Amino acid sequence: MEAPLFRRLAESDRPRIRLVIDGRSCAALAGDTLLTALLTNGRRLRLSEFGDGPRAGFCLMGACQDCWVALDDGTRLRACTSFVADGMRIVTRSAVDNGR
Amino acid sequence: MDDRPPIVIGAGPAGTRAAATLAAARLVPIVLDEAPASGGQIYRRAPAGFTRPYRALYGFDAAKARRLHTVFDGLAGSIDYRPDTLVWDMRHGALHCLCGGRSREVPYRDIILAPGARDRIIPFPGWTLPGIYTLGGAQIALKYQGCAIGRRVVFMGTGPLLYLVAYQYAKAGGGIAAVLDTTPFAAKRRAVPGLLRGGSTFAKGLWYVAALRARGITVANGIRPVAAEEKDAAVSALLYRDAAGTQRRLACDAVAFGFGLSSETQLADLAEIPFAFDPVQQQFLPEHDITGRTPVRGVYLAGDGSGIAGAVAAELCGERAALALLEDRGHEVGKPRPAELERALRRIAAFRVPLEAAFPFPADIAAGMPDETLLCRCEGVTAGEFRRAARTLEADEINRAKAFSRCGMGRCQGRVCGPAAAVVLAAALNLPTERIGRLRGQPPVKPIPMAVAT
Repeated sequence: MEAPLFRRLAESDRPRIRLVIDGRSCAALAGDTLLTALLTNGRRLRLSEFGDGPRAGFCLMGACQDCWVALDDGTRLRACTSFVADGMRIVTRSAVDNGR
Repeated sequence: MDDRPPIVIGAGPAGTRAAATLAAARLVPIVLDEAPASGGQIYRRAPAGFTRPYRALYGFDAAKARRLHTVFDGLAGSIDYRPDTLVWDMRHGALHCLCGGRSREVPYRDIILAPGARDRIIPFPGWTLPGIYTLGGAQIALKYQGCAIGRRVVFMGTGPLLYLVAYQYAKAGGGIAAVLDTTPFAAKRRAVPGLLRGGSTFAKGLWYVAALRARGITVANGIRPVAAEEKDAAVSALLYRDAAGTQRRLACDAVAFGFGLSSETQLADLAEIPFAFDPVQQQFLPEHDITGRTPVRGVYLAGDGSGIAGAVAAELCGERAALALLEDRGHEVGKPRPAELERALRRIAAFRVPLEAAFPFPADIAAGMPDETLLCRCEGVTAGEFRRAARTLEADEINRAKAFSRCGMGRCQGRVCGPAAAVVLAAALNLPTERIGRLRGQPPVKPIPMAVAT
């Protein structure tokens, strides 16, 4: 599997929590944003609606709105300004992605 | 008598000083901030449970950060602080605020807008690939989350953030592929005499460059981005032209880029403040005077949201705007303090011209943007589609071009693509940038749930 995008450089001894990304159980740290949790485990947050491939956020300060992700219950969250919670279930691929 | 409390939007350097000044006059201002904690972007606080000290998070600015946080925390009980609150509309004398998934109206009598700024971006082919972030975003990953955006990062663009963030990555043990500065070396040298008068900003910049070179990191001047290459659905290299015009390829797994900052002006627009084009900052800005007063009675501006001047100026104009509000309410604020603040603000404003000369906005990159470049990342509009809409439908004004192309119509409301789209349109029509106007702010200024909007 390809390396995750983000690399932790500091603050790594926070309590571990579990989340589920596209059906896969993953680890994150308490205090991670959803964006950090997803990108220390993988390489995307979502697919562009316009067919130009995966997106992984851009501004990280709530301005660009590129990082809205979906939970498996349909809730949408802005990943850079939402904290991850234990047991969260996130989908970065949807039924209409055609397996991309 | 109208005894409604004044409102401050934003809790960065400007909002903090404004709130403190109003609280000192015993007015109990309502402070609305989208972030969960005060500090703004520059003095953004790490989440609970993080342990790095101020020195590690804020470097040279550690003392300023600590002082500002201490001031804000000391206001507990004397302000009505509402964090995690998005102000998404402003009309008929009321704010529409979203907090905890619920919207509520907050009528106001007078208000200080201190919404801050964001990175100014020029798209280039491949810029939407995973692994490519703004300079501010790369800094937030490190400061707020203890993460690097990659293992081998290219820092590209211009402005004080370029070297600051690269230095912070190097210091934290992050891998750096190179620092690529779009400003030619000669332009910087020409700006030196003016910059020297500006004191520490310039000295810090020189220090960061020296520290990067001492670590063996390549720093190149006068470059132009060409394209980002993709492998395994993320960025794998940055193509660029060096100062001599030779195309080069730099392998990397992340890019952080930006070209200075752009003011956050949507709320000022909804407040119906007139805008004027600022030739130094190359941006339309809401009109205001040095006191923060605007042509709209009861609405004041402070900080980078009123024009980019930096955190030190933001603190000064936050306080000045609050004093103006107090004066207009009939409070006695005296003459010495407002005069002192205005003198300090004028000194900083004089420094802005050489600073912009040292970090010029490379408008030629936007003007010459290849047609295939995704200009609007929200709506997936290419520069070519935007140009065609402008030329064939005779859109000689940016809101018209937006309506025809959808560029700037997406979730970010043109915050990201707007500055570059203006240059693309102006160049396509052979007009000066100020002639094609500015994207109007529209409510909701950021996405809100449908259930709230209806």
